[in-house]
This record gives sequence, C-alpha cells and structure tokens, in this order.
Amino acid sequence: MVLVFSDNKNLTFEMLSKASELAKNLNKKVTAVIIGKTDDALAKEYISFGADKVFVAETNLESFKAEEYTDILGNIVKETGAETILIGSNKNGKELAARLGGKLNAGCVIDSNNIYLKDKKLTAERVVYSGNAIAVEQFNSTPAIVTVPSKAFDRLKKDDSRKGDIIKKKIDAEKSTSKILKVQEMKTEGVNVEDAEIIVSCGRGFKNKEDIKLVQELADVLKGKTVGCSRPIAADMKWLPEECWIGLSGHKVKPKLYIAAGISGQIQHIAGMRDSGIIVAINKDPDALIFKSADYGIVGDLYEVLPKLTSAVKEKMG
Amino acid sequence: MNIIVCAKQVVDVSEMKVDPSTKKPILQGVAQKISDIDKNAMEEAIKIKDKNGGKITVVTVGPSDAKERIKELLAMGADEGVLVTAPDNIDYHMTSTLLAEAVKKIGEYDIILCGEASIDLFSGQAGPRLAGLLGIPQITYAQSVNAEKDKVTADRNMGDYAVTTESTYPALVTVTKEINEPRLPSLMQILGAANKPIQEWTSDSLSSELKPMVETVDLKGVSMERKNIVFQNDLDKSVTKLVDSLAKEGALRG
Ligand SMILES: Cc1cc2nc3c(=O)[nH]c(=O)nc-3n(C[C@H](O)[C@H](O)[C@H](O)COP(=O)(O)OP(=O)(O)OC[C@H]3O[C@@H](n4cnc5c(N)ncnc54)[C@H](O)[C@@H]3O)c2cc1C
Repeated sequence: MVLVFSDNKNLTFEMLSKASELAKNLNKKVTAVIIGKTDDALAKEYISFGADKVFVAETNLESFKAEEYTDILGNIVKETGAETILIGSNKNGKELAARLGGKLNAGCVIDSNNIYLKDKKLTAERVVYSGNAIAVEQFNSTPAIVTVPSKAFDRLKKDDSRKGDIIKKKIDAEKSTSKILKVQEMKTEGVNVEDAEIIVSCGRGFKNKEDIKLVQELADVLKGKTVGCSRPIAADMKWLPEECWIGLSGHKVKPKLYIAAGISGQIQHIAGMRDSGIIVAINKDPDALIFKSADYGIVGDLYEVLPKLTSAVKEKMG
Repeated sequence: MNIIVCAKQVVDVSEMKVDPSTKKPILQGVAQKISDIDKNAMEEAIKIKDKNGGKITVVTVGPSDAKERIKELLAMGADEGVLVTAPDNIDYHMTSTLLAEAVKKIGEYDIILCGEASIDLFSGQAGPRLAGLLGIPQITYAQSVNAEKDKVTADRNMGDYAVTTESTYPALVTVTKEINEPRLPSLMQILGAANKPIQEWTSDSLSSELKPMVETVDLKGVSMERKNIVFQNDLDKSVTKLVDSLAKEGALRG
C-alpha cells in the first residue's frame, strides 16, 4: 500500500497523483491519512483526487508535535502494512518523516521531486550540494519514506465519481513531554512566494529598508505583487518577513519570471530559485555570480535601473 | 548539565567545481569543513554551559580525517570529542543509529544539539531520527533557546508559524543559522585544544551489521542552461532591450 499524509491538503492532492502512479506500477492501493478531527468533505476530496481509501485517525491533539504525530502515523503504517509512505515536505512533514524513519528503522529521502521504480526498487531523486547535483537514491527495504515538496507533481483531474472507503479510528497517541506554549501565524497578505508566478527579489544591494518599495513597485506593475529576498534581508536586517526569504534555508520557488536586484547569486540563494522560468538579474558588478544563473541581466545601479524598468514595463503593458 | 553536540564534516559547497563535460560535481580534493549550522549548535552549547555549567561532548560520525575538524570545535569550547569512524555507503539510518549508540555510550546527557540540516545534503534527518531512536522530545528549527536548570524553551521557525516549545530534559534541539554567530577561537584556545581528548570508536564496536536502507546509486549533473544575455553601458537602451525580450517571451503577462 502507498500511504499519503500531509497537514496541507494541497500537498496531499499533489502527492495523490504520484501515489496513484506508483500504486498502479506496484499493484497496490493508495490510502490517504487525515490526523485530527473527522472531515468527511476533505476525505471525499482525497478520494476524488486519487485515494482508494482514507484513514481518519481521530485525535483531539490541539497542535502538531512531531513526537505524537510520529506515534500515530507509525501505528497506521503497522496496521495497514504500508510499504511506501509519501509525506508532504513542509517543516512539520520533514521532521515527522525523519523521526518516523528513526522509530521504524526505515529509509527516508527528504525533498524528492522525482519518484519512480527502477529495477523494481523505489527510487527518489533529490537536489544536493546546494543545487550542484541530483542524487539518485534507491531504497533497499520497506517501509520507504519520501517527502515531497509542493509543486513537484501536478494533481490529477478531480473526479467526483470515484469511490473509496473512509475508515475512522480513534487513536491514542503517546503523549509527548514537550509543551507548546505559543503558536503565531506568520502569514501576511499578498501571494505566497511558492505559488507566485512572478517574483521580484531584493538583496544586500539595498541600502535602506524604505528602498524595498522599489521592488514592490516593479512587482505591482508586473501584476505579480510578490516580493522575495535573499537571506540577509529577512534574517539579519529583518526588512522583510521570513515568508519572502528564498534559498536553501528559505523557500524554494518556481515562478515564470524571477527578477533579482542587488543579489550576488551565492549558491545558497540560487538553490531556491534555479527552477524559475526566466531569471533576470540587476547588479552593479559585471562579474557578479548572479549573471551566470540569469537569462537576462542589466549591469547597473539598481537605484537607477529599477525605476526605469518599472516605468518601461508599465508603458509596455499599457 | 551534560550537553552533546552532533557535528558533521562536509565538503565546502562553495568551493565545489563541476566537470564541464559531464556536469557532475567533482568531489575529490574539495576542502572539508564542519557544516556551518553545526557550528551554530556548538556556539549555543557553549552559551548553555556558560549559564548552567556542565560539560560539552562533540560527536562526529565521519572519516578518520574528521579528527582535525573536531579539534576546531574543541578550540571553540567543547570539552571532549568522539569520532565514530563511518563505514562506506553510509545513509541516515546508519548515521543516526551510530549517533544513538554513541550517545548511550557517553551515558548521561540532558540536551543534544544539532544543526537543522547539513549544508552539503540539507536533509535535516539526523536530529529528528536520533530523537526518535532515543525516544526523547525534539525541538526543531530553534531560532533562540533558553536552557534553564530543569527545562528548555525555544522559539522555532516552522515556516507559516512561529512556535514556542518547552521541554524537560533530556531533549534534542536542532538550531537554525540565525540563532547566533559562532565564535572564532583565539590562538590560545586553538593551542589548548591539542590537549583535549578525542575518543575514536569504530562503527562495528557500536552496532554490528549495519546496512544502508537507502543507497545513492548515481550523482547526476545539473545543467543550469541560461541565456546569459547581459546588457550594459547605456542604461535606457538596456532597459528597453530587457523589456522587449521579456515581452517577446510572454513573461509580462503574469
Ligand atoms: C547554510 C547556509 C544557508 C544559507 N541559506 C541561504 C538562503 O536560503 N537564501 C539566501 O539568499 N542566502 C542563503 N545563504 C547566504 C548566502 O551564502 C549569501 O550570503 C547571501 O545569499 C547573500 O545575499 P545577497 O546576495 O543579498 O548579499 P551580497 O552577497 O552582499 O550581495 C549584494 C549584491 O548587491 C550588489 N549591489 C550592491 N549595491 C548595488 C547597487 N546599488 N545596485 C545594484 N547592485 C548592487 C553587489 O554587487 C552584490 O552582488 C546561506 C548561507 C549558508 C552558509
């Protein structure tokens, strides 16, 4: 059986399509897992997106704790005899998958965007060395755990006529001794960078916080409205929230158009945006690394280039 | 307080070259270093020790030349090092099993600190797997840690949420790069580190018949094929050319 779990339903929809393909080749069924309160509407949606079965682990856990979710998911794996486990690769999912790997003594591959069978073995590819290579990882044993980032796979066409069983079970998780004292949502308005079609990003080439408006204005005329940044802007200067932070330790993005202004193009930044459609760089240093990763570049002072670019785009788009 | 830091020796990714014909990374001869975020874990361990007293033990699973790297951590402030010599084809299952056995052999511990991920492979498995094997709470992605006598509290960056978690000991904490600025040891500290003990344990002595559950069967090159068209000199012309090119590619339609 192929088991699919994420606390993010969109990620589950996307994983169900890959799970269905794997299940077909393995001659197995797909089970989607819901942990928490019973949600029949969601369970039905999972079935219309490819699940053969939905396992609802009814719990009254208030918030996510990896220790408790691992316990629950581990019990479900044992009960269902699942061989392949796909988990959504958000931060909760990654720490859950790895702990589950430890608990079940199972192999685990994090952040795979290509999963297939080769020589009858489950094989998962992942980007390593900050984007310098792709490792092809093969499992020698089951259960095999793979986490899948968002947008790695396209969801199937929704088919409301699909039928499937919904199994509900009360599950008692082993209580963790850790306590959650506070949970604060970090989302602000605007488009999530991971879903954005156009992103204009800023880096240390910006001298003041107020100057960020130059990228905002360009993002607005491009109708992308989404601003991104390099690590120092979010982590050190705190000029933008962390949801804008792109790179190895930030968000991985795949917009159709990515514009980087005042960003040097260190490998850790490139790791987060290398899959973008078109990459544009604006940097005053003609030797900046970013130009090597760009389709188009302008060598110049961003304080001059950005306003000109914004008005030229406005004019072009009418 | 007994503090254990898990640190990995990695290739310096920014020094890595790619073979121009195969596009595969060249791993031979690349400088090795302690993974950046593990140094943040080390720095945090020193702060915890400064506040609460105790002892810091660093554990590395890696090749025998990692001993040199462990010395850097001893110079920073660790009291003792343990090097578990890694077998070939090591995967996360093996690494975390060896770490767990090493931790048990070290004996008493209150807090284990790891980096959120290593900068070479960036999986972030070692910490949570180890916590799972030891059956202790895991506090991941910590951006600030407050360790007191009987409990530890951390502010965590969970992406969409900021979460504050508290746990009694023992607990495992993984830290992010933002948590602190790792210190550079002084010459005196570097010289002093030569006298600190490093134990070497073989993997067989800790766990026999360890086999990888995941094997890397290939390392493929990635071709970053970009147009690399760069406009310079006349700024107005450059901007016009860029906008025309983007329009032609349909990139301005959102
Ligand atoms: C473990 C680890 C994880 C990391 N994760 C990330 C990550 O997720 N994301 C990330 O971005 N980084 C990450 N980094 C940091 C990364 O290595 C770089 O330090 C960072 O990306 C640099 O940011 P920057 O390009 O904004 O700044 P800089 O490297 O300082 O570059 C600034 C650029 O602006 C240009 N410039 C200056 N003034 C102007 C001007 N007036 N007009 C035009 N151009 C100008 C300069 O020529 C320069 O190229 C990570 C590092 C490590 C070690």
